[in-house]
Amino acid sequence: MRWWQIRKRNADVDRELQSDLELEEEEERERGASSQEAHYAALRAFGNPALIREQTSAVWSWSAVENVLRDLRISARTLFRSPGFSLIAILVMALCIGATTSLFTVVRSVLLRPLPFRDPDRLVMLYEHYRDPALNTPDYNYNVVSPADFYDWRSQTHGFEDMAAWRYWQFNLTGEHGELPELVEARGGSWNLFPLLGVNAAIGRTFVESEDRPDGSSVMLTWSLFERRFGGDSSIIGRQIHLDGKLYTVVGVLPKWFTYPDAGVQVWVPYATALPPEILSHHDYHFSRVVARLRPDVTLASALSQVEAVQYHLHMQYLNAPVAEDVASKTLIQDLAKDVKKPLIILLCAVACMLLIGCLNVANILVARSAARQKEIGIRSALGARRMTLIREHLAESLLISLTGGVTGVMLSLAATEWLVSKWTDLPSAQSIHVDGTVLVFGCALVFATALLAGLLPAISSTGKSAVRALQASSRTMAGSQSRTALRKTLLTVEIAATVVLLIAAGLLLKSFWRLRTADVGCLTDNVLTMSYSLPGDKYDKPEKRNAFNETLVERVRALSGVRAVALGSTVPGAGYGGDDVFTIPELPALAPGTTLPDALNRTADPGYFSALQIPLLSGRFFTSHDRTGQPKTVIISHQLAKQYFGVENPLGKHLHPPARADADYEVVGVVGDTLFQVGRQSMATMYFPVFAPDKGDNMSLTLAVRTAGDPLAISVPVQKLIAELDPELPVSDVFTMQQIIENSLGSASLSASLVLGFAVLSLILASVGLYGVLSYLMTQRTGEIGVRMAMGARREQVVALMLSNGLRPALYGLVLGLFVSVGTVRLIQSMLYGTQPLDPATFAAVAATLLAVAAVACLVPAWRASRIDPMQALRNE
Amino acid sequence: MDKRKPKGADLLQGTLDMLILRTLLYGPAHGHQIGKHIQRTTNDFLQMQHGSLYPALHRLEKRGWVSSRWETAPDRNREFKYYRLTDKGKKQLVVEESEWKRMAEAVARVMWPTAEES
Repeated sequence: MRWWQIRKRNADVDRELQSDLELEEEEERERGASSQEAHYAALRAFGNPALIREQTSAVWSWSAVENVLRDLRISARTLFRSPGFSLIAILVMALCIGATTSLFTVVRSVLLRPLPFRDPDRLVMLYEHYRDPALNTPDYNYNVVSPADFYDWRSQTHGFEDMAAWRYWQFNLTGEHGELPELVEARGGSWNLFPLLGVNAAIGRTFVESEDRPDGSSVMLTWSLFERRFGGDSSIIGRQIHLDGKLYTVVGVLPKWFTYPDAGVQVWVPYATALPPEILSHHDYHFSRVVARLRPDVTLASALSQVEAVQYHLHMQYLNAPVAEDVASKTLIQDLAKDVKKPLIILLCAVACMLLIGCLNVANILVARSAARQKEIGIRSALGARRMTLIREHLAESLLISLTGGVTGVMLSLAATEWLVSKWTDLPSAQSIHVDGTVLVFGCALVFATALLAGLLPAISSTGKSAVRALQASSRTMAGSQSRTALRKTLLTVEIAATVVLLIAAGLLLKSFWRLRTADVGCLTDNVLTMSYSLPGDKYDKPEKRNAFNETLVERVRALSGVRAVALGSTVPGAGYGGDDVFTIPELPALAPGTTLPDALNRTADPGYFSALQIPLLSGRFFTSHDRTGQPKTVIISHQLAKQYFGVENPLGKHLHPPARADADYEVVGVVGDTLFQVGRQSMATMYFPVFAPDKGDNMSLTLAVRTAGDPLAISVPVQKLIAELDPELPVSDVFTMQQIIENSLGSASLSASLVLGFAVLSLILASVGLYGVLSYLMTQRTGEIGVRMAMGARREQVVALMLSNGLRPALYGLVLGLFVSVGTVRLIQSMLYGTQPLDPATFAAVAATLLAVAAVACLVPAWRASRIDPMQALRNE
Repeated sequence: MDKRKPKGADLLQGTLDMLILRTLLYGPAHGHQIGKHIQRTTNDFLQMQHGSLYPALHRLEKRGWVSSRWETAPDRNREFKYYRLTDKGKKQLVVEESEWKRMAEAVARVMWPTAEES
């Protein structure tokens, strides 16, 4: 007998009882009773047929299912009877569950789901690590590795199965038949990287050891480039493509799902390929990421200690070079989630907070509704309804709300997740974020958890002993059920406290975002268009050729109408870290061996760079056209560098000696104002070298910044045409205005701030609706009392004050509680704040004021209504 | 529901199962007959409560100790639901009988101690 045969079984039991009952009746008649008497006698002998039927049916286990179905049917009817409430409750649940599901989807894909590699748990990233606490900034904690260090680690330690390295690179990809040139994002990966990860080529093969050399010419395409540029034609394997004007043979195509380290990568070359050979033997050129696979029989600590020993030895060997003493590791998944982990967790907490508020709100409304049904429940429990049955009925109602809300919410989250992923550009593995089975299971669990949370409290409070007491209470009781009201106020207090916590977090994040937006980058950001290009080393092998191109370009762009000024340099402020170099100052006493060398960002700039970007000259001079190859070497330093390393002395005429650049002294000819390399980060000491005196180690990529009179984007096509005229094979990339660059670097900050604000505002609305509901309920309960008060001469203002104090008290308690909790929780977001104290008094005050104002408005309506009560009417209604 | 049951309910319930199985040993019978038979045999000492009889019958059927079928009664021209003992039910009856015996003996030994122990 299965549960879907319930009807059949019930009919069977009915028939059986009926036939036996009739038999009893017949026998009574045969004994001579009248038919009426026989009927009653049979019933007396038989007992209550309905009860017998129920008890008999209960023998079969499906009665539980039957009960649940019945409960759901009853609750559905109850919900349909008050569509307004049901709709609001379902909507609240849909929003809360939908938002939670969306964030869980993202968190799961980014932080929890194992990477699609072989044994991903044993993959770790290794970094160099400086012990000097002053250098323990996020940039140095996990410092990228130099090639020679990597080679030594790999050959001299045995704790890891294997170690592989990869590095950033870019190529100009040009076609043979005049196709558009383009700048492609590339990675150089050591030949063993793919076998180490457990990744095979989709077509062709991965690199072999003999290809991993500076003059190598093998290349692998990622699936996206293969599809986009080569039409998915697998005959590309074995053919050659032009990268930076050189021929590379395509050996393989990576699978479509392979988006490590990010989805923007277009081609892979072997690690050593296209690098100047001498760089490979350097211990102080830090640009590589090292992936290592732990041996199954070795602990991470012992494997790491071997690498640390090697690294410390190297450090002692190169005391005056930036070679770190130590090694630090991260799991691969942590490494990928680096910048988004914190905002994600904060958003998840915020959304969980909102979910809690939503649940409390629905619970609150359910408590009010069950209060209206108190008599009914009292009668039912007096007649013998079991407490479990009543609780189950209550839960069925909240389950129905959660279920409907949950289904709507999960559907909402499908769209919301897509939106979130498209907005949140720095999420890793963005392609693989989607709702799947696990997420659906999570959604279901969420539905049941919310149903339980929202339903259990009202269910327990309204059943049990108190229910029977409701029958005893006469209609003359004025204050209604005190305990019920107390419960609602407690729920409300918690709800408001949670809202305050959310509001404060949102306020702080918003203020921090506003600080970021208005941060002074140290240069002009309006009406500036930037674009990048990279002169390939083969075609522009001599500095003279590079200078000729660059100077011609700057001159021609300057001559365009609408152009105010032109700057050419390695990068512009706000566009990122760029790169740094250590240096010594010959005029100062030599540093003791082992001390960390002074270090500064390195930039290149043309004579017009500073004036075009309006970076102020503090002393000395800007570059001139004489600062070029073959002339005396010069450098311009930032104010911070001057202060940090020259103190009160005049730096002009002194020298910097950056060994990685050239074994030469550079004369300081000018001091300029400080700029931020990235908004939201501390400014760093910076040195500028003349762009027309390129040295080894100079960034190949150059950024052209054009200040315009009008809309900067309007100038972008004419400038790109100029570049194409000068060199049709030179691709231009990253065409952005300065504003866009800064906006992009804020990306997730603005998103998380506005999302948390959205959650907070929603919570505020929920809390005020809750407040309004409780007070309205209170007012209905106390109508009689208020009537008496007014009949005795209470004035309307006094009634308003009474009701207001009733409603505002939980709001006040909640506010105080929320403020206390916030003092603890703001520490969680401290590291995400910029220029804002976590205990920012203005934010705390603003939140308190907003909350009180909203609470007052929510309370005022019912309070005012209470004061309008006609005493006679109220008393007559008793 | 449970609270309102007399204390000996569990004992009675087990006993009722045994009595039904024993009654069915005579041949198939419907609920009314079973109840009447037990009542008659015990000289009305055990008043059959239909409220426990039918749940017991269905419980036995669920456990597979009896099977049921709608059949026409020989004396009345109507269908009744007849229960009959299954092989599994026969085995169960033996088990319950011996258990009941041991129980009754144990109770008797406490209640009416005999000389043989002294």
